[in-house]
Amino acid sequence: MEFLQYFGGVFEPIALLLLVGGTIGGLILGATPGLSPTMAVALLIPFTFHLSPTHGLILLGAAYTSTVAGGAVSAILLKIPGAPANIATALDGNAMARNGDGTRALQLSFLASGVGGIIGVLLLIFLTPVLAQWALAFGPSHLFWLAILGVTVIGSLDSRSFVKGLLSGCIGLWISMIGYDDVQGAERFIFSDALTGGVSIIPALIGLFAIPQVMEMFSKGREAAAIEQVRVSNYPISRSMVELFQSWRALSIGTVLGSIVGLIPGVGGQIAGLVAYDQTRKMSPHKAKFGTGHSEGVIAAESANNAMVGPSLVPLLTLSIPGSPTAAVLLGGLLIHGIFPGSDLFDNHPQVAWTFINSMLLGQVLMVIFGIYTAVWAARIAQVPPSVMASAVLILAIFGSYSVQLSMGDVYIMLVLGVGMFFLERFGFSAAPLVLGLILGPIAEANFIQGNLIANAQNGPLEYFCTGTLNIFLIVLVVASIAYSFWSNMLENRSAAAARKKQELAQ
Amino acid sequence: MMLQAMKGAACALALTLSTTIMTAPASAEFPERPIGVAVSYGAGGATDFQARIVTMVAGNKDMLGQPIYIVNKPGAGGRVGWNWFASEAPKDGYMMSAYNVPHFIAQSIKGSVKYSADSFEPIANWGADPAVVVVGKDSKFNTIQELVEFAKANPGKLTLSGAGLFVGHHIAALQLQKATGTKMAYIPTKGGGAAAMKAVIAGNVLAGVNNLSDAYRALKAGNVKVLGVADLERNTEFLPDVPTLKEAGYDVDNSSVNFRGLMVPKGTPQDVIDKLAATVPKMFGHARVAKRMKAGGSPIKIMSREEVQKMWKERQTYLDELLKGL
Repeated sequence: MEFLQYFGGVFEPIALLLLVGGTIGGLILGATPGLSPTMAVALLIPFTFHLSPTHGLILLGAAYTSTVAGGAVSAILLKIPGAPANIATALDGNAMARNGDGTRALQLSFLASGVGGIIGVLLLIFLTPVLAQWALAFGPSHLFWLAILGVTVIGSLDSRSFVKGLLSGCIGLWISMIGYDDVQGAERFIFSDALTGGVSIIPALIGLFAIPQVMEMFSKGREAAAIEQVRVSNYPISRSMVELFQSWRALSIGTVLGSIVGLIPGVGGQIAGLVAYDQTRKMSPHKAKFGTGHSEGVIAAESANNAMVGPSLVPLLTLSIPGSPTAAVLLGGLLIHGIFPGSDLFDNHPQVAWTFINSMLLGQVLMVIFGIYTAVWAARIAQVPPSVMASAVLILAIFGSYSVQLSMGDVYIMLVLGVGMFFLERFGFSAAPLVLGLILGPIAEANFIQGNLIANAQNGPLEYFCTGTLNIFLIVLVVASIAYSFWSNMLENRSAAAARKKQELAQ
Repeated sequence: MMLQAMKGAACALALTLSTTIMTAPASAEFPERPIGVAVSYGAGGATDFQARIVTMVAGNKDMLGQPIYIVNKPGAGGRVGWNWFASEAPKDGYMMSAYNVPHFIAQSIKGSVKYSADSFEPIANWGADPAVVVVGKDSKFNTIQELVEFAKANPGKLTLSGAGLFVGHHIAALQLQKATGTKMAYIPTKGGGAAAMKAVIAGNVLAGVNNLSDAYRALKAGNVKVLGVADLERNTEFLPDVPTLKEAGYDVDNSSVNFRGLMVPKGTPQDVIDKLAATVPKMFGHARVAKRMKAGGSPIKIMSREEVQKMWKERQTYLDELLKGL
């Protein structure tokens, strides 16, 4: 309970001001396409030069928390996931906004973020020593199997067809190989100079999700008949709260998976939302509703990606190992003040450590309040005429892709992928499995190469990859996941065939 | 919401390209707008972190008078960023790049990149981070001699992590193997020094080569033992008790020391280079920069353009020799 005695520090005037400012700023930065939480925190580092360590960290912590949640705004309203963490939010969230339920979607997303986030930070407070061991338990072989497990999820994710889902995933895996390979430095598929850096995830995300819908909106033009008139109604927050707790299944799956996945260095944040979304769908009685604007999808995804924030800092704060790019930037924020994470932080600067953690706890609450406030009027975006909307999304997409590395090459990559996705969608392929392939490919590959190098110095790859409790456990999960997909696909086919037969008989 | 998003966009733009219009002086003298620094590693890495610190006073009147902003172009151990810098960056002085030696020189020797030491003009050096040999805190190795004995008895079995191929860590590992006549399994990790350090702490590998600054931090956190420094002298400031590999009896010099500094592409006007070469070392030497660098455990080493040119040449000659047989 040591953290309670430092709670006062959060309420000092300057600290509170920074907390509120960081939260609001973070929400805005998070809602801006292309500005991932990592970039947002990196942009704020120079400001912390002039602050005390505690105040600097409060600002960074608040910004980290709220940029992750803020990404949901553009995911829901514009179908541009601000960062990989928000991909799954876009799937059902945007469909809800189009149905006129934008306010509800935003309210649910911020509430779910808050619940997940608070539980994640509480885990950080109470279970850090235990969790630190867990974070270290994953070596190259385990990360490899974990990535493979993610690949098996691909087939069932947001796709009407298992095979097309897998194919989309394969395309994503292939795109991830473009550029220099990260371990050996070999050149692969570099058709044009813009591709030497490979396809970075942010421009790819923006292109794959935003561009197809822009083209769709433009193709409808200004025909009066094509313009969907969406009625936007205000939605009482109390009903969202009730709905959130009625969706306890989605909320708990999201929070638990988000916390677990968040701990694993190098994998966590990017896939927490997608994995939680997929699991929730598999366990939901309303499976068919996912992808059409089902609130459980939003709740699972958003509770997962904010639950990941707290645990993702465990390796950094205890072992001084940044487990994610954002944690690496936060490490910089500590180092410039001469504070080293690890025992030094908690023994010699408990004030800094606990005020920082407490501010993240309070930051979650503030994030929910400000987020919900914006939700009330932000959802009116559904009333903007499609042609105006399409232009605005296009501008934001180009700006977002350019701003990551100030590179026109990224803009071209974004546009090419987007146009390609528009046509692929015509044939029933979807963007989410493709993006998952793009994220998991490099993780699987790098860990396989590394694992192989280590294995060759020991007793060979077979023993290295296939023995040990954790390896076997993960392999069992992979097999189970594949079997489940086949089984449920078969069941669906059978019931579809039965329905057809019934129809024929009726005729 | 649109308004908000646009505001966010404007805000971010203002942050990255801050004060482009506001502070442009009336004279046409270089620099009249903010200067970019391309960092070939991701945000949060040691190079990125140090680049942000050493450029923080650039906007002062007695320095460049214009702020410096950082652009990250990470990938493939720095190859992506330096390829871009050599072939596409503007040659007007408004885009500099951070260099890491021996990394970019070693990569250019191994080929399949668009740059060599001749593609760039150094401006000044800000830091020197030696490579050190680390093992986990529970490792059976307590001295560098024990580690080398193990490697001699078990050829190819000693796994040694490092931040990638043909970076300083790899060079140090190659030198150590050459000096001791052993064969070790060098494991390049993806994700820089932090990932390589994690592999050591988690016990994925038996030992690792890492940056002195990161190793010092891991040592203070009680996670590792530091067995040797690949430099000519001990580091009296951070690791006074750790012997150099030379002291331990192995013929390993300072060729793997990670020198960091700023450079511009070849073809940049001479007067711009002169102006930068005259001002940038002053900027690196600023008291506030020194204070922040020291706090973060990052060793400073300021070198002038001439000194860096000489250092690049020496490294080129040595690395040509070392990497010939590989």
